[in-house]
Parts: sequence; structure tokens; C-alpha cells
Amino acid sequence: MALDRPELIHLTAREAGLVACRRCTRVWPLGTARCARCGGQLVSRDPRALSRVWAWWAAGVLAYIPANLWPMLSTRTLFSTEEATIIGGAVELWQYGNPGIALIILVASVGIPIAKFLAIAFLALSSRRGSRTSPARRMQLYEIVEYIGRWSMIDVFVVAILASLVQLNVVARIDPGPASLAFALSVIFTMLSAQAFDPRTIWDGIEDRARDPA
Amino acid sequence: MADGTGNFADTALDGLIACPECDALYRAAEVAHGQRAICARCHTVLISPRRHAGMAIISLALAAVVLVLGALWFPFLRIDRLGFSQEASLWQVATSFVGGPLLAVSVAVTAAILVLPLVRAMLLLYTLGPIVFDRPPARQAARAFRLSESLRPWSMAEIFAIGCAVSLVKIADLAQVSLGPAFWMFAGLVVVTIAQDRLVDRWSVWRSIDPS
Repeated sequence: MALDRPELIHLTAREAGLVACRRCTRVWPLGTARCARCGGQLVSRDPRALSRVWAWWAAGVLAYIPANLWPMLSTRTLFSTEEATIIGGAVELWQYGNPGIALIILVASVGIPIAKFLAIAFLALSSRRGSRTSPARRMQLYEIVEYIGRWSMIDVFVVAILASLVQLNVVARIDPGPASLAFALSVIFTMLSAQAFDPRTIWDGIEDRARDPA
Repeated sequence: MADGTGNFADTALDGLIACPECDALYRAAEVAHGQRAICARCHTVLISPRRHAGMAIISLALAAVVLVLGALWFPFLRIDRLGFSQEASLWQVATSFVGGPLLAVSVAVTAAILVLPLVRAMLLLYTLGPIVFDRPPARQAARAFRLSESLRPWSMAEIFAIGCAVSLVKIADLAQVSLGPAFWMFAGLVVVTIAQDRLVDRWSVWRSIDPS
């Protein structure tokens, strides 16, 4: 990969024989186990970090399947009981004239989770094999994943509010379905997967690739 | 801060700063109030001191504690339809998943919208309180701030606020909705939490509680 922006080559703590604390940015001689300032664990590059990323990633993907197949909530009105999945509920909202809200739900519960699975997989694969995408780009992707991951919880909160509020005796009643648990777990696992990823590996080897434009 | 290419051998270790996201090494410099030092290659904010930030953070953290407790106490939302009405407190919203495994969701929601914002505000008070009043840092200050930082992504008050907006639109067709005092307190909590997180300059905090 030819490097279009040589200013991105930079002396790193590791090359200087130091290990950086990722919590408080203090540096210590390579091999120090714990940061004496904040007490955080010091690892220059953890070879096991990627397997942790993949383990949480797989758990997140697995939990996401029942999250979409099981009902997210069940609505009982005077004459009928309806169970709605995430996508089913959004489609219904769309038909009843709330396309804006339907879109928010679809983006938060379907778009973001799937995009996140793909993005984390890409980051994990490319940090091992290298990638044609520039480190700056991949760093941006990582920041977006970190920032946006939590927002998928919206749907769980919506179910919580509806289920606690709509308990109008025989007139209308909403209860949470099992998908809420699967979905919450999927969001949590995916957040842990993103947290396990070490973004410093995005930048490692940038000099070699600049010198040797293969 | 600028100088990232020079020789670092002559600089003491505590005068250096490494980007937590990309490992680039810099010589730390005094940054003027209101200015920010940003990593030259990945643009992570490294240092961002603000004047009187300590006092502001403490006031906001205190406000957050009061708002969480108040939001728990007062009614949150209420709906009416065909003569039936139902009121829910924030506590009822958080614990609306009952029955078997769904209980775990109640625990997670309670933590995300009530417990963690409260705990983070109290940890910040514990960490920064003594420093702002020119006293030696609390004994467990480093541990407290470390915990507060690692809880940050899991504290989801602002996401819950968007969830409220979505639910209100959903219910509006079904019934008449009225907002209780707790609703406005929670809205206040969201604003306070965001302001608080923006004010905290991690580098300054760590330096001020450094035991050495």
C-alpha cells in the first residue's frame, strides 16, 4: 500500500521502548505491568485481544438472531392479542402513518447492529492482514462504531416505557416479549467486542508499508 | 504540543503523553484554557483544560444526584383512555420486564438509566471534590476515577431520552399522554450529564490525582 500521507508516520510509545497506559495516557518503560498513576493494566499490544473481539462478536451475532425472530412486545386490546417482532412493529408503524418513527426504529435496531457487525469484522480482519483502506479511514470507522453502538438500546427502552405505561386493564395492555432480552444481550456483547479491539493495531506497520509500496 | 518527531530520550517519562487510540508519542505541554491538544494523526483529544472546570463539574455532579433522586420520586408519565388511566414512575419503567429471564433486562435498564448516572456523578464528586477545594486527593481517587471512566459507555440517560420521544409518538395514537415532573427532571439529567462529560479533561484529572 502506498502511503499518500507521510505525515501520519509517527514515533509510537512502543517504538520508543515504552508502554502507554490507555486510560490515563502516562507512559512507562516497556514491560511494566501496572500503571502507577491510575492502576490500569499495561499491555503494549495484546496478542489475545483479537480473539476476545471475535468471541464477543460471535455472541452478539448469535443473540441477534432470536432478537429478530421472537416477539419484542405483545399488545392486547379489547378484542385481540398481537405479537410484534422488531421489524414487524416498524412495518406496522410505517403503515399507520408514522414513517419517521418507523425509520428511527429500523435504523437503531436493524441498520446499526448489522453495520456494526460488519464494521467490527472488517476492523479485526484488516488489523491482522492489513488493508487497502487507510489507517485514518479505519480509525474513523472504529470511532463511529464505538460512538454509535450504545444507541441500539433505544428499542429496549421503548419497550420498557410502553410496557410500564400501557396497562389499561381491559382496554389496552402491552407486555415485553423475549426478544427484548436477546436484543439487549446482543447490544451489550457487541459493545464489549468493540471495546476489546485495540485501535493501536490499526496504525502498526504503517511505516513498513510506506517504505515498501507493495 | 506539536513536537512528535524529536528525540524523547532527554524528557522525563511523566513529561510524555501517548495517544490512547494510536500510540503516537508526544511531549506534553501546558495547554491554555479553552484550547485543546489533539493527536496529529488520529485526532483524538488528548488535553482540553477549561477555566473553573473543576467547580463546574462538581456542581453538575451534585445536580445530577439531586435530579436522579427526584426523578425516581415523582410521577414520570401518565396516560388516559376511555376513562382508564395509568401512571408510571421512572422506577416502574425501568423494572417493567418481569417474569423469569426478562428480569435481567430490568436490571440492565435500571443500571443504564438510573444507577450508573448516579454512581458516576458520585465518583466524580469523590475524585474531584478534594482537589477543587485544594485538599490532598482522596485515598481511592485513582480507583474511583478509573471506575467512573470505564462505566461511561454504559450510562445511557441520553439514549433513554430518545427512547421516550419514540414511545410518546407511539402512544399518542392510543391514548392521551401527560408528562410528569420526573420527566422534566430526567430531561435535566440528560443535559447535566452531557455537559459534565464534556467538561472533564482526563489528562488534567489524572495529573492532579497523581500520587507521585
